[in-house]
Amino acid sequence: MAVNTFTLNGELVSASPGATVLEAARENGVEIPTLCELEGLSNIGACRLCLVEIAGSPRLQPACVTATTEGMEVRTDSERLRQYRRMILELLFAERNHVCPVCVANGHCELQSRAIDNGMEFVRFPYQHPDLPVDITHARFGIDHNRCILCTRCVRVCDEIEGAHTWDVAGRGTGSRVITDLNQPWGDATTCTTCGKCVEACPTGAIFRKGSSAGEMEHQRDRIRFIADARSKREWTP
Amino acid sequence: MSSESNAGNARPGRTVTIDPVTRLEGHAKITLHLDNEGRVADARFHITEFRGFEKFCEGRPLWEMPGITARICGICPVSHLLASAKAGDRILAVAIPRSAEKLRRLMNLGQILQSHALSFFHLSAPDLLLGMDSDPASRNVFGLMNAEPELARSGIRLRQFGQEIIEALGGNKIHPSWAVPGGVREPLNSEAGERLKARLPEALETVNGALDLFRKIASRFEEEANALGDFPSLFMGLVAEDGSWEHYDGKIRFVDADGTVVGDGLDPGDYRSFIGEATENWSYLKFPYYKPRGYPDGIYRVGPLARLNICERMGTPRADEAWAEFRKNGGGRPVSSSFHYHHARLVEMLAAVERIGILLDDPELVSEPFRAEAGINRLTGVGVSEAPRGTLFHDYTVDRHGILQKVNLIIATGQNNLAMNRTVLQAAQHYIRGSTIPEGLLNRIEAGVRAFDPCLSCSTHAFGQMPMRVALFGPEGERLDERTRD
Ligand code: SF4
Ligand code: FES
Repeated sequence: MAVNTFTLNGELVSASPGATVLEAARENGVEIPTLCELEGLSNIGACRLCLVEIAGSPRLQPACVTATTEGMEVRTDSERLRQYRRMILELLFAERNHVCPVCVANGHCELQSRAIDNGMEFVRFPYQHPDLPVDITHARFGIDHNRCILCTRCVRVCDEIEGAHTWDVAGRGTGSRVITDLNQPWGDATTCTTCGKCVEACPTGAIFRKGSSAGEMEHQRDRIRFIADARSKREWTP
Repeated sequence: MSSESNAGNARPGRTVTIDPVTRLEGHAKITLHLDNEGRVADARFHITEFRGFEKFCEGRPLWEMPGITARICGICPVSHLLASAKAGDRILAVAIPRSAEKLRRLMNLGQILQSHALSFFHLSAPDLLLGMDSDPASRNVFGLMNAEPELARSGIRLRQFGQEIIEALGGNKIHPSWAVPGGVREPLNSEAGERLKARLPEALETVNGALDLFRKIASRFEEEANALGDFPSLFMGLVAEDGSWEHYDGKIRFVDADGTVVGDGLDPGDYRSFIGEATENWSYLKFPYYKPRGYPDGIYRVGPLARLNICERMGTPRADEAWAEFRKNGGGRPVSSSFHYHHARLVEMLAAVERIGILLDDPELVSEPFRAEAGINRLTGVGVSEAPRGTLFHDYTVDRHGILQKVNLIIATGQNNLAMNRTVLQAAQHYIRGSTIPEGLLNRIEAGVRAFDPCLSCSTHAFGQMPMRVALFGPEGERLDERTRD
């Protein structure tokens, strides 16, 4: 099989054709921070945390949706990239109401982990403190829009894996919100099969099992990849 | 938030408004007002800290409340955790597993022990042992360390023991979200249980030693005991069904200054029928009062002194003896001087150590289940617990899914608010002659307020003295004198 050969952080590496920069980096043991990406789901390049530098391109490119090409030169770490990543994280924190100490996902949150990994020590942007609701009308799950980062993993997992397409996004810009069915309370969404995949997929505490108290909401995010592999590759063991 | 105005309470003279610009951050602000005869007629202990917790709990799911409210106070998170979880139990309408109740009790005892140890050994012992007029620079736990190293050290260890209990149950966090509506998340593991048991003898010895010491020095403080908040008031707290000391459940009892039970068997869930909450424009803290007596005559005290005044026994042998001795201070009536809060705390520490020992031996502590599962079965619920500083109420209203619609908290320091003001007034009346503030008054006020161990950030600096500003006003509202210290 033909492979692409390219430079990753100054080292020559190879990638299977069609592989994204993110996949190739992972194959070669290089970590790139991500948030909206979840193995098993399609990629949409929404969060921009995985930005990398590509020689010859004035713009930074999201690794999760950029295909590798023969001879390309990729940098996954630089002062510039670190600055951008911190800024993206700060903007996410400033946009909604993330109060880690009392959050159900405290200690099990990808947003929190990325902030720690990337040395986000403070938020330089003014907090928006939007007035957002919590919907716990569903019998087993709840959604707290205060903690949603609009990664759309829930939307994709529901559509691509479960096939229910209960979740979607409504509104524009900072007014965007994930919704269930036609913007009905989740408990009234008749398409929801209560499969719980969105609960496992959500990177933060935005979607949670009802009854969770602070720090109690653990996710099994690799379940999504397991289901996807089971389907496409007929691999039945995790 | 409920706020009843106190229109009936007409105070003569000037209105003092808190000016947020001039107020000193973290200072206790006290104003004293003279009448035409030059006597101190009014004293106000202004609370200018406002945290608005009740408001921002609204909209949150019920299950998150214990974790959120535990953050109201860094000093007694456990009390809020328990009161909140208990309000949740009521809304789920479940009787929690017996093991869960015992585990919660164990944590509360750990909390009472560590908090009282902090209050006695770190905050009050320097005043008591080194003297109230000793050099403020060394009138602190460090000074105590020099003068009484053994006492200071054992006090620190006693506090650690209480904290260890909390950590063994709630995890190594400052604000544990361990108690949840319906029960608790984890039991005590047996290894931790053994470790704690091994520390009991030392804890007992420390408390007994402190009691002995207190007996020796108490006579030195007769003047303070008489001038420090020695006034008639009601006392309120929880008592067990058999009339013994209670810290977690039970019914509310009110006792008056003569020892007459004026309210008994009251359901904490009905607190609105017997507790009113007045507001004053010079303080952010509400002024709860016993409704049948009106405001401000319904002044009542909560906390260690009150709990010991309302109960008929402690319920454990050593503490029972210590309690009987404590009650002698009252000569057949409730002990009224706020100075005796210190003594009361020691008796409670003894009770806590004894009860911790009993609980650690209880096999039911580790028998499953620990958590009852249920949905929203009631739309309102009141949770109550005895915090180290006094009775704590959490009153929640939720929608049918469990989203908080309304929150009202009645905290111990709030309930002692009237009494703290009365204490300051009494100290001022005792020490002020003429139109100046004497040097020693600030120390007395501090000691008077500290006796309540109020959980105000300004009063809980463990090291050094309480930053304070006292202003004296004449009958026309003219400022006569002012003393500030940082
Ligand atoms: S609810 Fe969770 S999974 Fe869905 S968009 Fe928001 S953060 Fe992403
Ligand atoms: S992970 Fe690539 S844009 Fe979000």
